[in-house]
Amino acid sequence: MTYDATFRVWRGDASGGDLQTYTVPVNEGEVVLDVIHRLQATQAGDLAVRWNCKAGKCGSCSAEVNGRPRLMCLTRMSTFAEDETVTVTPMRTFPVIRDLVTDVSFNYAKAAQVPAFVPRPRDEDGNHRMQQVDVERSQEFRKCIECFLCQDTCHVVRDHEENKQVFAGPRFLIRLAELDMHPLDAQDRRAAAQEEFGLGYCNITKCCTEVCPEGIHLTDNGIIPLKERVVDRRYDPLTWLGSKIGRRPGR
Amino acid sequence: MTTTAPRGAGTAAPGRGTGDSGRAAIAARTLRTDRWWVQPLITAVALVAFVVYATFRAFQNAYYFAEPYISPFYSPCLSTRCEGDTFPELFTGPTWISPAIYILVFPLGIRLTCYYYRKAYYRSFWLSPPACAVAEPHRGYSGETRFPLVFQNVHRYFLYAALVINVVLFYDAVLAFRDETGAWGHMGLGTLVLLVNAVLLFLYSLSCHSCRHIVGGRLNHFSRHPVRYRFWTFVSRLNARHMQYAWVSMFSVALADLYVFLLAADVIVDVRFF
Repeated sequence: MTYDATFRVWRGDASGGDLQTYTVPVNEGEVVLDVIHRLQATQAGDLAVRWNCKAGKCGSCSAEVNGRPRLMCLTRMSTFAEDETVTVTPMRTFPVIRDLVTDVSFNYAKAAQVPAFVPRPRDEDGNHRMQQVDVERSQEFRKCIECFLCQDTCHVVRDHEENKQVFAGPRFLIRLAELDMHPLDAQDRRAAAQEEFGLGYCNITKCCTEVCPEGIHLTDNGIIPLKERVVDRRYDPLTWLGSKIGRRPGR
Repeated sequence: MTTTAPRGAGTAAPGRGTGDSGRAAIAARTLRTDRWWVQPLITAVALVAFVVYATFRAFQNAYYFAEPYISPFYSPCLSTRCEGDTFPELFTGPTWISPAIYILVFPLGIRLTCYYYRKAYYRSFWLSPPACAVAEPHRGYSGETRFPLVFQNVHRYFLYAALVINVVLFYDAVLAFRDETGAWGHMGLGTLVLLVNAVLLFLYSLSCHSCRHIVGGRLNHFSRHPVRYRFWTFVSRLNARHMQYAWVSMFSVALADLYVFLLAADVIVDVRFF
């Protein structure tokens, strides 16, 4: 079944732009990215759009569909009424390069600031050992495809450009949590999480969790546990005292 | 063609694209087409209704005890001015101070600093943000890095206090198996109401994120602490429903209080099971 859909697509670059309206045929079973490709092939040959796998695994086609941060390849056209106008804009948190393509280098700069994994000394036989039960918590965060939708939707940087200096964003807070929970990582990252990566800026309103296409529970399993670990170190006198008198040895 | 902003006219408003930052110039606060305002509105109405009712009842200083039931808003009742004798009376306070005032800071504290309620009221009242991808109205934002919001980090201490109160509320529910004369073997609808309320409040406390951290979340080597790992697994399952427990327990404590209120005011009579 084919119908003509009305699409509004943001066209422009850093110097300005606007929403332009198109009428595009839509076939049954298609996703927004299919329609954007058809638009590019038939009406707007210079439309810039970043994409790669079309399977929700590369994280390239991040955009905002009807105002909601989404992967275009995972947004089915069947979720819209046939007479509904579909608005597609670039991610609003990052500088636009052209049309739907944004410059996400902010994220790469933050990634480079996260201290790398520091392995504990090897066992006497020269091996590293860890139990599955110890590492499986961190594995949830390894599902991240770095689409940066969580970074895009996080109001701390979305609504306050100036906070980009002091706040790393949810993607890198769960990277810190992943490393801090890792049984073989020797570095204590709690102080850095609060002081250098701006953990205290997060007010846990969970938008990052809502938009994650991988279904990672960023807030409940990553950011809040990291906040609690920071409380252990900075705000809880009993835990601090316990660590000083030897009641709380290594984690 | 639909124009949302002329070229080069990026505004400085939060989240709407800024000329300096190079963001796409989109003037609309949000392009969401769903009714994103419904959820924060419902949350705000429900929380305001609860706060108004709880404040009225806490200051009313009457109709909180109907033998053998005591309202959860007034338990543990620590003052000698309390009606009934469900809990050891520790001191004599001024008559004009309601006994509820002495203890309500703890349940109020755990809910104010609760990770779920923080999300709820930051969205509903402070509009920070009102909904995902909807720009907040504030010019500046410092999150929980400064006074007073840095005190959200005391949540675990309110959890400890709440767990003690949970035990007292169970004690009240056990005492509710007595009749008006103090003889055991009684059960009425009020007993059931207090018992269900105590269970729901306990589930809310147990499912708390701080509880999850304390029982085992702080560990990196679960394999070395199998018992704590079991606790953590159990609390993690509860934690997945923390929001539901937060709402259900909030309504249950208000309903339990209302039931005792109506009994004490002789508006209704208790339904006696045995």
